[in-house]
Amino acid sequence: MTTVTIEVDGKSLPAQAGEMLICVTDRNDIYIPRFCYHEKLSIAANCRMCLVEVENAPKPMPACATPVMDGMKVFTRSKYAQTAQQGTMEFLLINHPLDCPVCDQGGECPLQDQAMDYGSDDSRFLEKKRSLPSHDIGPLIATEMTRCIHCTRCVRFGEEVAGVVELGAPGRGEHMQIGTFLNRSIDSEVSGNMIDLCPVGALTSKPYRFAARSWELQNHPGISPHDCLGTNINIQTLRDQVERVLPIDNPEINQCWLADRDRYSYEAVNSEQRLTQPMIKDGRKWREVDWETAINHATAGITTVLNSGSGNDIGKGIGGLAAASSTLEEFYLLQKLIRNMGSDNVDHRLQQCDFRDDNIAPRFPASEIQIQHYNNLAAVLLVGSNIRKEQPLLALRLRDGCNKKGTKISAINPVDFDFNFDTVESDVAAGGQMVRSLATQAAHVAQIKSAELPFDIKKIADSNPGFEQTANNLVAAGENGLIIIGALAQQHTDASLLKAISQWICDTTGCKLAVLGCANSAAGWIAQCVPGDNGMNAGQMLGQNGSAGLRCFILLGTEPELDSIDGKSALATLNKAEFVVQISAFKSASVMKYADVLLPMAAFTESAGTYINCEGRIQNAKVAVTPKGEARPGWKILRVMGNFLELNGFEQITIDDVTEEINLTDITPSCRLVELQFHPTLSSGEKSTPDLMESDSLIRVVDMPMYRAEVTLRHARALQQTADNPPPAAGLNPATASRLQLNDGNRVKVQNQSGSATLELRTNDRLAENCVYVPAGFMETTDLGRHVRVTVKKIE
Amino acid sequence: MRLLQIVNAGKQLYKTFSLQELRKGLGVTGRQLFRKKTTIMYPEEKTPKSPRFRGLHALRRYANGEERCIACKLCEAVCPALAITIDSEEREDGTRRTTRYDIDLFKCVYCGFCEEACPVDAIVMTDIHEFHMEENHECIIDKQRLLELGDMHEKEIAAARKQDAPYR
Repeated sequence: MTTVTIEVDGKSLPAQAGEMLICVTDRNDIYIPRFCYHEKLSIAANCRMCLVEVENAPKPMPACATPVMDGMKVFTRSKYAQTAQQGTMEFLLINHPLDCPVCDQGGECPLQDQAMDYGSDDSRFLEKKRSLPSHDIGPLIATEMTRCIHCTRCVRFGEEVAGVVELGAPGRGEHMQIGTFLNRSIDSEVSGNMIDLCPVGALTSKPYRFAARSWELQNHPGISPHDCLGTNINIQTLRDQVERVLPIDNPEINQCWLADRDRYSYEAVNSEQRLTQPMIKDGRKWREVDWETAINHATAGITTVLNSGSGNDIGKGIGGLAAASSTLEEFYLLQKLIRNMGSDNVDHRLQQCDFRDDNIAPRFPASEIQIQHYNNLAAVLLVGSNIRKEQPLLALRLRDGCNKKGTKISAINPVDFDFNFDTVESDVAAGGQMVRSLATQAAHVAQIKSAELPFDIKKIADSNPGFEQTANNLVAAGENGLIIIGALAQQHTDASLLKAISQWICDTTGCKLAVLGCANSAAGWIAQCVPGDNGMNAGQMLGQNGSAGLRCFILLGTEPELDSIDGKSALATLNKAEFVVQISAFKSASVMKYADVLLPMAAFTESAGTYINCEGRIQNAKVAVTPKGEARPGWKILRVMGNFLELNGFEQITIDDVTEEINLTDITPSCRLVELQFHPTLSSGEKSTPDLMESDSLIRVVDMPMYRAEVTLRHARALQQTADNPPPAAGLNPATASRLQLNDGNRVKVQNQSGSATLELRTNDRLAENCVYVPAGFMETTDLGRHVRVTVKKIE
Repeated sequence: MRLLQIVNAGKQLYKTFSLQELRKGLGVTGRQLFRKKTTIMYPEEKTPKSPRFRGLHALRRYANGEERCIACKLCEAVCPALAITIDSEEREDGTRRTTRYDIDLFKCVYCGFCEEACPVDAIVMTDIHEFHMEENHECIIDKQRLLELGDMHEKEIAAARKQDAPYR
């Protein structure tokens, strides 16, 4: 790149040859008005607001689409430029309604501001203004299309960034209209960003509609707890109530984007189902009590269980489970509480069911590549990851890399997910076949690199080659390659094998590895909220392998019947337990059935805490609003419980005292197993998951839908109404459905060893054959437990 | 020096005994006695008020009974005394409306900025200046009371606006 010198308003500025004028002025704090130009989007140059005077140019030039040239002389505020800008503004305002007082954009509206700064004080337009109908485009975005100035930022966002063309601009001139084609709704998982991009009030937030004005909101920087990125959010409050959440630009994490999950989850904080008063169960009746009575009741119950143990067994009957979205301090105090009582049963991995590699696990699940480098990869293999719904903003980076750098992305998934980037190869494999597909890739890698394939992998690898490009790409990429272990792989019954094989491929090819844990899971590991050598893991505690005989549970922000992949065992275990303490921000019917004490906890906006993302970045969130009612921050509740139980080490006064106790040194993001072990069940030739073609029964493909995975999300009203959160249904491949003589829309009974669920049938050609997709996270499907083999029958 | 003191004392003596200042004062009183009276017998008598008089607040309605206020919160923003508190929401028919409109009359400095900021002439200041509170909390008047005041005095409010219209 050659450097040139241009002159803007008499100031001499260095610039890269060929870059657009507006980039140079932005860099040097010279403001040029604009509507359609956005740093992260392509150049459209259709609003004409950024017209400036360029010496020797015959006309005013748009700064966003004028490449700089050496010696160019530009005047941004000359009489000539001002007249051009004023003229543009007059045209823009011809059809724009004067409804600023009722418009949610009022007060933070670029059109309003620029009309004041660059417009004239009067309009010469006497004719009729154009008005347009506004359509309902879903529960998240409110539209008012008359206000639209056709900058097409939203259209370009959909096409370029989100990767789904949901908005378009059919028509020309006066008849141009931005809209969804065929009156569809906007279903993208990052659609909320269009609201931020819209320079006028045409697209506004529906849940925030008419709730507040931008000037009266207070800003509280925070961290989103919903995925492993630690997205930086701006929690805006009015009179101690959260009114909306906006992104904070952090180029290293979320850039200027925000996933809808992070944007709208605040609605749960204000929901009706909030638990605002401590409650205890008297016999069968619940009553509200004060904190002291509640904690006394809780500790009395725990002490009874403790006292009935003897010798070394004291405390062994107690288990602690935390939601993956808890803060570092909450994880730490929960495990301290449980461990000080003499138990080692503490965990936060409710969605996992294979814990065989716990003893060789790294310090925390992590990404060996920093988030900001996800755009620059040469090859990516997604193993059991619907990254678009699991970490929407990482998917945007992969898409960016795919489009600009040609990242070759392949996937091994039980469903051929509808990604927003192109995949080179997509191997649709469920259950044991998924392990086999990955092992086959390992075999290809071994062949290319002439490496020796471990016997354990060799045994399961498919002899029929296929999908060879994936291995080729990974080998060619070397250090620039990445294997991502997603949530579906971690929920897999052979998760440890998937991780081990992936690691072997990485070791052989030099690729990097990323295990993208859910929510704040990294902090859970770092705070040791995982069982020790003698402890039980979440699966054992919740009786996935038969009853573990735990008598007392302390639950922190989790409803295991919905948070666990095996809801049935969880519910049975909790119902059988003698004493259950639920520390949660919400109450629900099923919790009220098994719990004995409900302690109201502050939601994520109401509590300070530390979040650690997948790259080991430590970020602190501060309190944005005071907790609702009598709710208290989780760490305080746990601390006081420690005091009431007369345990040592619960003298912390501030949250910083808690954080200081935790060893946060040497957090290097490595997700490699300490030593490579392929689990013996597979090396002995035994298949721990059933093979597809073996029998007539089907394999259940299970996942946590993106807005069901956490108790907070389940109470976020608008998110629950989105297309990403359909009511539970049984998904079947059309071929399999016709083999079973079933049609789309049939009521079917899905049955397995543990129970049954009656659901509507939805055919889905993205599913692997001989599989039935039934999501977890719904009470309707809890009964199915985690047994993989199911049958599907039609109900007349 | 001494001579000057003696002369001054003599002047003072003459003023005191000739009742010069008393007669001067009575002269003023005497003159005013026969002039036109400027005081009135309030509250029986009242002075005329300007149409721009800034008294008690009121919220107006349109002729069809619909409240004018659209919850734009400009009055709340402009209020120098932070006397106005507004909560807003989307009403069932999709329009922007207030759910709360409180004015703290103890905080209010009666500057009339709220009236000037209002894009729909909803919040107005009437010419009512004779009001009182018996309880402390009564200093806050809510939306319902403001609308009642508007309904009650709509005629006067409209007349005053009309009279002042050419100068706005």
